[in-house]
Amino acid sequence: MPSSLSESRESRPRASAPHDRPVQLLDPSGRRVPHAPYDDYVADVSGDQLASLYEDLVIVRRLDVEATALQRQGELGLWPPLLGQEAAQVGSARVLRPDDFVFSSYRENAVAYCRGVKLTEMLNVWRGTALSGWNPYEVGMATPAIVIGTQALHAMGYAVGAKLDGEDSVAVAYFGDGATTQGDVNEAMVFAASFRAPVIFFCQNNQWAISEPVTLQAQRPIADRAPGFGIPSVRVDGNDVLAVMAVTRRAVEQAREGGGPTFIEAITYRMGPHTTSDDPSRYVDPLEREEWAGRDPLARVEAHLREAGVLDDALAASIARRADEAAAEFRAGCTEQTDPPPLAMFDHVYAEPHRGIDEQRRQFGEYLESFEEEN
Amino acid sequence: MAEMTLAKALNASLRRSLAHDDRVLIMGEDIGTLGGVFRVTDGLKKEFGGDRVMDMPLAESGILGMAVGLAFKGFRPVVEIQFDGFIYPAFDQIVTQVAKLHYRTRGNVRMPITIRVPFGGGIGAVEHHSESPEAYFAHTAGLRVVTCSTPQDAHTMLQQAIRCDDPVLFFEPKRRYWTKGEVDEDAIDRDDVLPMGSARVVVPGSDVTLVTYGPLVATAIDAAAAAAAESGGGDADAVSIEVIDLRSLAPVDVDTVVASVAKTGRLVIAHEAQRTGGIGADLAAELTDRCFYHLEAAPQRVTGFDIPYPASRHEEHFLPDLDRILDAVDRTMGRRPALYAGAVL
Repeated sequence: MPSSLSESRESRPRASAPHDRPVQLLDPSGRRVPHAPYDDYVADVSGDQLASLYEDLVIVRRLDVEATALQRQGELGLWPPLLGQEAAQVGSARVLRPDDFVFSSYRENAVAYCRGVKLTEMLNVWRGTALSGWNPYEVGMATPAIVIGTQALHAMGYAVGAKLDGEDSVAVAYFGDGATTQGDVNEAMVFAASFRAPVIFFCQNNQWAISEPVTLQAQRPIADRAPGFGIPSVRVDGNDVLAVMAVTRRAVEQAREGGGPTFIEAITYRMGPHTTSDDPSRYVDPLEREEWAGRDPLARVEAHLREAGVLDDALAASIARRADEAAAEFRAGCTEQTDPPPLAMFDHVYAEPHRGIDEQRRQFGEYLESFEEEN
Repeated sequence: MAEMTLAKALNASLRRSLAHDDRVLIMGEDIGTLGGVFRVTDGLKKEFGGDRVMDMPLAESGILGMAVGLAFKGFRPVVEIQFDGFIYPAFDQIVTQVAKLHYRTRGNVRMPITIRVPFGGGIGAVEHHSESPEAYFAHTAGLRVVTCSTPQDAHTMLQQAIRCDDPVLFFEPKRRYWTKGEVDEDAIDRDDVLPMGSARVVVPGSDVTLVTYGPLVATAIDAAAAAAAESGGGDADAVSIEVIDLRSLAPVDVDTVVASVAKTGRLVIAHEAQRTGGIGADLAAELTDRCFYHLEAAPQRVTGFDIPYPASRHEEHFLPDLDRILDAVDRTMGRRPALYAGAVL
């Protein structure tokens, strides 16, 4: 019997149980691995299309590095890096149609990029010029949830609405392994199953909830939970963009056809800190990180494309150039942002006139004006 | 005009709302086939179908979170929370999401969600079935909080809440569900109908302003009648009380209360909810600020005590009644000593 609660936690294995092999179509060396029935779902992906996905991966990693630099230079208050999770986000988001709707957490900046969010609008939350950047209806993506897990319910509700409206669009909820402990994610699964909602629960199991390993949240593979709610689930190598695309396509296709929800567990790894305020050297085993570095989501696609003769040095250089251009646009979009005027903080609290807000805005406006009169 | 109970007026109001706008959905536990534990949604599922009047799995956070998603999709969900004490599992969704999404998205996403909550005591119920949690929500920016006291207000205000583009907490005084009154069912279409955010002078008076809302409005009217009839020491003993039904708790229609206190010079506020941090505390501070030179006495509060809602054999002592209200009125009139009489150190 363990002598203390903390010891019993420490003694548990730190990786997900290996018995259920995740779907993988590209192994870490870039070799194409057959996996029925998912091969069929990417049979149409040509070398050029895979190269386009590779370009996405390169660009979102470049943007992520740029944002981290912007934070270090004091231009952003905070940034949650997605380093290591590029394939899970790009592979799933690239499957969606414009009329689908995404409800994400705060680390899904690659998803936002794929949905067409303007680079500037991705940054103003972290710069502090607004609580959100983009209009959700213009890109089919809600503004990110910071309270983890809450968005699973919103996606489920949206999906029920789409079904009531007789549409074949789907909603996707992105959340992490830590969020699966929250009641909201579990309630979302109960409701989604009951209403057969066209929703995809996309869990990026990046092994860490800030400093807490996934083993503190889950004693079995997270995907094992969904069948208990009556929801089919699949585990996928989250660092394999092709496999993620295949499992997401299958889930989306089933949802569009009235088959209800699917739970996807993308097994990946957060290579950086939780946010730029975090210090993972306090809790991450360097050897574990090294092991995951060998499963890098970009390296395997690059190896595969070079082997197939699709990617050569010239194309790689042009992709790198486009990534640098995106990073420059990103930086300019950040540093050129101006602070909003003081009274703008009273905007949009309510949709209709509100006497309390109106009065406080008036009083504070007069207070501010009193300084101008003095000058 | 038709005479109906407050519960029936709410039912008729929901029926009109469903017919008026096909984006309105009714959601809650036991609200479909059963018609709700108080039967407020009786017959609506039969009339509008299970896609418009939806029985929910038993998870309040789930229900509100689903309503958020539906609002994102352009629906206008009307959620029933079965009892006041069951709202806390949904508290996170309400204050973190429902209240803030319009602000967070810079006005791009609207949350026209109406949350119906049977609230307050007086029905001899068990724990978690008699609470008055309105102040939690009045404290939260982004929410509107209203409550009705008559079948007519129940009918019109609920429709106003459902048509409002902001989220509205709609508190229903459950011990008054069976109160009957005349209801003009077309009132909402009239130009002179009172907006949802306005207070209403129920009984005009000249000596003391008595402000309350929801279940205590009927008690306040009784208190005003008793004070007017008091004749132990001759006519001089009669006190003319002006009763104001606040109706909206966020925002509060302070102007109506200010106008009354400017006239009477005295203020008593009554509510069932606990005293600390309550609606009465805020109103007393606001009126002290705005009517300081009109006040003849310190504003008095008559409230529930700062204890959890007690067992039902205690509730007659916990709930403000006519005598406790008249006691406070007498203190503002200088007929009884102030609660904190003595030297001010």
